[in-house]
Amino acid sequence: MICEKLKLTLQTLFPEPTSAPLEAQSVGDDQDKKTITPPPPRPDGLLEREYSVHGYHLDAQIAPAQLLVAVSMLDDADFFIESITGVDWIKDNQLEVVYDFSRYDFDLCRVVIRTRVDRKSPVVPTITEIYPGANWHERETHDFFGIKFDGHPHLIPLLLPEDADFHPLLKDFKA
Amino acid sequence: MRLTLLNVIIAVVLAIAFAAVNAAYLVWAERRGAARIQRRPGPNINGPFGLLQPPLDGIKLMAKQLTIPGGADRIMFIIAPVLAMFPAIMSFVTIPFSDSIVAKNMNVGVLMIFAFASMGSMSLLIAGWSSRNKYSMMSSVRAVSQAVAYEIPMLITAITVVMIAGSADLTEIVHQQSKSILHWNIFPLLGNSHNILMPFSFLIFFMCTLAETNRAPFDLGEAESELVAGFHTEYGSMGFGLFFMGEYANIVIGSCMTTILFLGGWGCPFGLFPGVWWFILKLYLLIATFIWIRWTFPRTTIYGLLNLCWKILIPLSLFNLLFTAGLLKVF
Amino acid sequence: MNSPILLQPDETFILNVGPQHPATHGVLRVKMEMHGEYIVNAETVIGYIHRMHEKMGELKTYPQFLMNLSRMDYLGALGYSHGHVLLVEKASGIVVPERAEYIRAIMVELNRIASHLFWFGAFVMDLGGFSPLMYALQDREHILDMLEAVTGSRLTYCYFRFGGLYNDVDDDFIAAARRFIPRMRKSMKKYHRLVTGNIIFRKRLEGIAPLSKEMCRKYGASSAVARGSGINFDVRKNEPYSVYPEFDFDVPVYHECDSLARYMVRMDEIEQSLRIVEQGLDKLPGGPIMPDKKPKLIKPPAGDYYQAVETARGSFGIRLVSDGGKNPYRLKLRSPTYSNMHLFDEACRGMMIMDALAFMGSLDLVIPEIDR
Repeated sequence: MICEKLKLTLQTLFPEPTSAPLEAQSVGDDQDKKTITPPPPRPDGLLEREYSVHGYHLDAQIAPAQLLVAVSMLDDADFFIESITGVDWIKDNQLEVVYDFSRYDFDLCRVVIRTRVDRKSPVVPTITEIYPGANWHERETHDFFGIKFDGHPHLIPLLLPEDADFHPLLKDFKA
Repeated sequence: MRLTLLNVIIAVVLAIAFAAVNAAYLVWAERRGAARIQRRPGPNINGPFGLLQPPLDGIKLMAKQLTIPGGADRIMFIIAPVLAMFPAIMSFVTIPFSDSIVAKNMNVGVLMIFAFASMGSMSLLIAGWSSRNKYSMMSSVRAVSQAVAYEIPMLITAITVVMIAGSADLTEIVHQQSKSILHWNIFPLLGNSHNILMPFSFLIFFMCTLAETNRAPFDLGEAESELVAGFHTEYGSMGFGLFFMGEYANIVIGSCMTTILFLGGWGCPFGLFPGVWWFILKLYLLIATFIWIRWTFPRTTIYGLLNLCWKILIPLSLFNLLFTAGLLKVF
Repeated sequence: MNSPILLQPDETFILNVGPQHPATHGVLRVKMEMHGEYIVNAETVIGYIHRMHEKMGELKTYPQFLMNLSRMDYLGALGYSHGHVLLVEKASGIVVPERAEYIRAIMVELNRIASHLFWFGAFVMDLGGFSPLMYALQDREHILDMLEAVTGSRLTYCYFRFGGLYNDVDDDFIAAARRFIPRMRKSMKKYHRLVTGNIIFRKRLEGIAPLSKEMCRKYGASSAVARGSGINFDVRKNEPYSVYPEFDFDVPVYHECDSLARYMVRMDEIEQSLRIVEQGLDKLPGGPIMPDKKPKLIKPPAGDYYQAVETARGSFGIRLVSDGGKNPYRLKLRSPTYSNMHLFDEACRGMMIMDALAFMGSLDLVIPEIDR
């Protein structure tokens, strides 16, 4: 129920829906595919994922500028923040920030919000204004990937030593 | 004159020995008792039933270096543990263990013991302040506010007993209760006052003793889960040892006072063979209760503790004082 | 140097609680700005036992990473392994035999009871009562003995395999588990008599640290922290996985929002876990514990997978980004106490230090699990 509603709400972020063909491409089940080359970077858009395979329902990739709007939509719909993390797509020269949201009630709907930024200057707006609980998650993502959260009140290393100037989860990180 | 002086010196030495041995073996008893409550063996390796544990612990403590934290007030830091032990030992001088076993009987024995007891909180304050440690400081502030608060109902309750006995002489107080178990001050029926509130007085006095000696559930001063070890955080070696022994000596004093004021001192419950063994028996039963309570209850909060004292115990004990005075006037 | 600590009437001071402090149960540090006994502001500093499990996940192959999960939370390790194997099985399409799933559920629930028992003891110890810890550890010992006989380890289990289990349970285990259930129920009665009914204990917890539903949602709290605030959220019910839909159990929810509610939730959960173990033993089907055909090399197809499980500490999420290789491309571990602990800074403002530390105890912290 809420998934349907939220889908419509999130859809307003994207002028023309382009989800259908992509779905088939990224869930390609042929295991024998020996090619390690990842698929080309995905364009922004909203996807509906198969829950039994992926473990979540909605997958929205948005531009960093739209992040606050999208997160406020989730906040209005009473979602709680599960986690924030990053993925280093070094081949695309991009860093992805992944936001996980879920619900406390039995109307199950897991939502993933992603946004991609350039690897050279990774800056994303902070969502701590909306979800104060994002504070530590953002600091952790900053630790591991060096992604800057614009407007974050206290962006200093959390899990790494306080003088850490390295980002261990970047794929080109050498210990 | 000279003989009296000699007597007092011997008594003080004996009191020190009694306090030290008692403190050491109360640690053993406490550890064994706690172990029994928690279904584990406790110290049982050194000697039969682990009885050699206390002297060995003492040797270990004495062999250690006394470290003084940088920035601490050295003189005060060293004086504090001595001050913790000294009043406890001095109090033993006037406690009558039986008709004849008393170092120096005074007709203001009650007063003297309370005077020394209130010195105890000073050592906590000095220890916490001179350690230059925030936990110690917080702990000593707590300990002092607690000690000051609980001294009031304790004294008022003691005065009630003094009023009933008509004397502040500890021996005299015991003599008044010596006829039978029903004449003990804790029991209202045949006692000198017929005061039905005396059992409550006893409870108030007992609770105050718990609080005054910093024992669980009122051990706010050394609440280890928030203040690490409280006022003796920075103490090692015999400095810590003295605090530890001081605490147990205070427990003994508190239990002695409870025995004398409420439980008929060395009198036998059945009027038979009065003597020092009855005193010792009652004393250790009370101490066992201390240990039992400590290992059963969680700790109170500082505001709960002070609320209990100022809002419940002090009004109750004051009321009891007035009530007793009225009764004494009537009968 | 010999100047005493002097404060002006309105001056605050900084108190460093931790990284070594009896109340933090590990290397957690809370920088508290204090005004006397009151906390004006608090900042939690974590990361003292950070081991970068996520990087290890990227460097190791899937089976090599199995043992890392139990190093996250040393008290309720099996729950975390369960999430990991479920995720990889889901991603690479491995079908698990039913018997294996049942045994997994039984083991996880036993482990949950062990974890809650330890928490119970440590929590009461935070409040100054030492004896319940010893009772709780004795009951926990029975569980650890049972688990040791089957899994081979007592704390950091590596028992689950992709597709099944390392070892089947024997009759001894089943008999021991059946013996354990009534014994544990008897112990629970004792705990309630000894601790829950204690007036000092109740006074210290009732009304302390109220957490609103909204606050739980904003911070993503789960487990007893959410359920003590009236949120009926348990991944086992909300997002059923494994064989949990087969079991009849309740999710204890309390609406008082205080520390006592969080305590009651966990105590009731022990009872519910016992029910699950009981039913699991009754329903335990025969059959193999490993699937007949299983890929030699585990290589989940490229994609993004998520799995949430309810561990002893709350909703544990694990995200796998696979590029089709034999190592994960990215493995994210969402630990529940990380979110629960995050609440502390905001919630403890204005509290007295003893209440704040009691509240911290009620969050059920395991520091290696926060720091990963």
